[in-house]
Amino acid sequence: MDEQTRRAYWRSNLRLMTILLAIWALVSFGAGIFFADALNEIEIAGFPLGFWFANQGSILVFLALIAVYVFSMDRLDKQYGVDDYEEEVRGS
Amino acid sequence: MSDIQIWTLVFVGVTFALYIYVAYASRVSDTSGFYVAGGGIPAPANGAAIAADWMSAASFISMAGLIALAYNGYSGSAYLMGWTGGYVLLAMLLAPYLRKFGKYTVPDFVGDRYNETARLIAVICAIVVSLTYVVGQMAGVGVVFSRFLEVDTTVGVLIGMAIVFFYAVLGGMKGITWTQVCQYTVLIIAYLIPAVAISTKLTDIPLPQVGWGQILDELQGLQADLGFGDYTAALTGSGQMNMFLLTATLMFGTAGLPHVIVRFYTAKNVRAARYSALWALFFIALLYTTAPTVAAFSKFNILSASSDGNLADQSWFDTWASAGLITNLDATGAPTDLNGNGAIDFQGAAGSNEVLINNDILVLASPEIGGLPAPIVGLVAAGGLAAALSTASGLLLVISSSVANDVYHKRINKAASEKQQLLVARISMGVAVVVAGWLGIDPPGFAGQVVALAFGLGAASFFPILVLGIFWKKCTAAGAAAGMAAGIVVTMAYFVWTLPSDSAWFFLGKDPILDIAPVGFGFIGMLLNFVVTIVVSQFTRKPSETMQHLVEEVRYPGRTDLVARHAEGEPLA
Repeated sequence: MDEQTRRAYWRSNLRLMTILLAIWALVSFGAGIFFADALNEIEIAGFPLGFWFANQGSILVFLALIAVYVFSMDRLDKQYGVDDYEEEVRGS
Repeated sequence: MSDIQIWTLVFVGVTFALYIYVAYASRVSDTSGFYVAGGGIPAPANGAAIAADWMSAASFISMAGLIALAYNGYSGSAYLMGWTGGYVLLAMLLAPYLRKFGKYTVPDFVGDRYNETARLIAVICAIVVSLTYVVGQMAGVGVVFSRFLEVDTTVGVLIGMAIVFFYAVLGGMKGITWTQVCQYTVLIIAYLIPAVAISTKLTDIPLPQVGWGQILDELQGLQADLGFGDYTAALTGSGQMNMFLLTATLMFGTAGLPHVIVRFYTAKNVRAARYSALWALFFIALLYTTAPTVAAFSKFNILSASSDGNLADQSWFDTWASAGLITNLDATGAPTDLNGNGAIDFQGAAGSNEVLINNDILVLASPEIGGLPAPIVGLVAAGGLAAALSTASGLLLVISSSVANDVYHKRINKAASEKQQLLVARISMGVAVVVAGWLGIDPPGFAGQVVALAFGLGAASFFPILVLGIFWKKCTAAGAAAGMAAGIVVTMAYFVWTLPSDSAWFFLGKDPILDIAPVGFGFIGMLLNFVVTIVVSQFTRKPSETMQHLVEEVRYPGRTDLVARHAEGEPLA
């Protein structure tokens, strides 16, 4: 892989990460803590929304974020031809 | 012997036999197998092992009680978000790159990427954090044995030690990993069955995550009637700031704890390391989304019992009072009827409350409180043991590999043969088991606080220098050593300054600065570590060209030349 392709791969990875981590912070610190009071005005299926995000919503979003990351990276690796994982080595 | 004791004995006996069989079947004879299970664990199994490793006695036994009783609802969710959110950071910032680097331990990465000073600081951090953490697990094992089987705590700890010793010394990481897969299965079944049963009983909805919405309104009503605070209301002001700091500290601390990070080395390759993080959070989320429901249902049951009349009339009351988990307000004996109204009152207001309910009771007694049969109670006991033993064994492996690999092999005897290294690893594992058991029988007074603070230290020491080491090629060795030292020293200093002076002589018990609670200070220590590392790196000798190329290569999966040569042991100047 030449220098330019490498750089493009890394930039795509960083862009994806930045977006996902922004959502991570918005949901946990935002919806779960700083905006929880405002969101509690809304009630769904018995749950005040801010309380629900802090207790369960954020965990489900975290799971979705990792899933999106894992699947997107699979695609990215394939696109840039760095998916020969079995060739990796390990030593002492 | 009561029904509950017989069933507990059956479940504990069967699960212990299973762990021993699995450990025997996966025994190892080389260092790669001992440290990282030969790097050949499939992602779903690795994920289950991470989940079992991660969810300790604290997650299984104490967390729901912490939410319902100690934190009264909403603010307890800092633990739920904090202990899961860290996996997002691990999956994206650390796991794939550390796996690609291809070594055995966290100090290994620190030492190779930076220098020997940084390796030494990392070894000390890893051992101190793991040892304080493992003591709590051993104590948890003793507690479950003494409560459910009425054997002496010391005997309970000794039995737990013998089991862990057997499978950890024999099978190393491989034995530990496959036993943890079994232990995860046991603990998740033990956690979910009572939750599903109670949800069905109270709301007719078998999915507790949906069902507990139905009782929140009523719970709020009971809370108000009995003088407890609002269960769902958000925090404002310094409460909100401290909740943010605690959540952030737990998240970054999770991503900085060596016993979690090392699990990504056991994955087959970079892709499997990413999937391990996904599976791990999936398995953890099963328990963590259930925990707040157990908290709400059990509190609802206890409050209804108290508001309907006498708490002491409940069938479970005497069992847990005699176990010392339901006590009078000073926790010196059984509760008494202080106001003489003929009933034990559980109230929110300090003046009218007559009873102290231990956090741990919420999970351990939830089957009895919910009126479920004896086999389920026995199952929960086996689940609590699985949670404690699985975490203990993962921590012991970090201690053993830090001593044998990072100290003995890398510092003392570089020419050590495979056989010698393995022997040292097994001996240090054995010594660690004995030390942990000894401390578990008689835990030092400040042990409980130290475990909570381990996350602060993890965040303030490892996280910044690991991330910068991967994402910033020009991060220097001097920068990392200075950053780690600054983070640890300042965080420790704040703990010593603020922690209550009656729990240890070296705590000063002063007022917190700017209202910052000590448990949330790790986040600030982490920011300081980042700043110091970046500033010092500007003025110190840059890493060699080769090292910068190596860091660059770690970013791409598949075989790359420098990483391969490095992994095979070729020294890179």
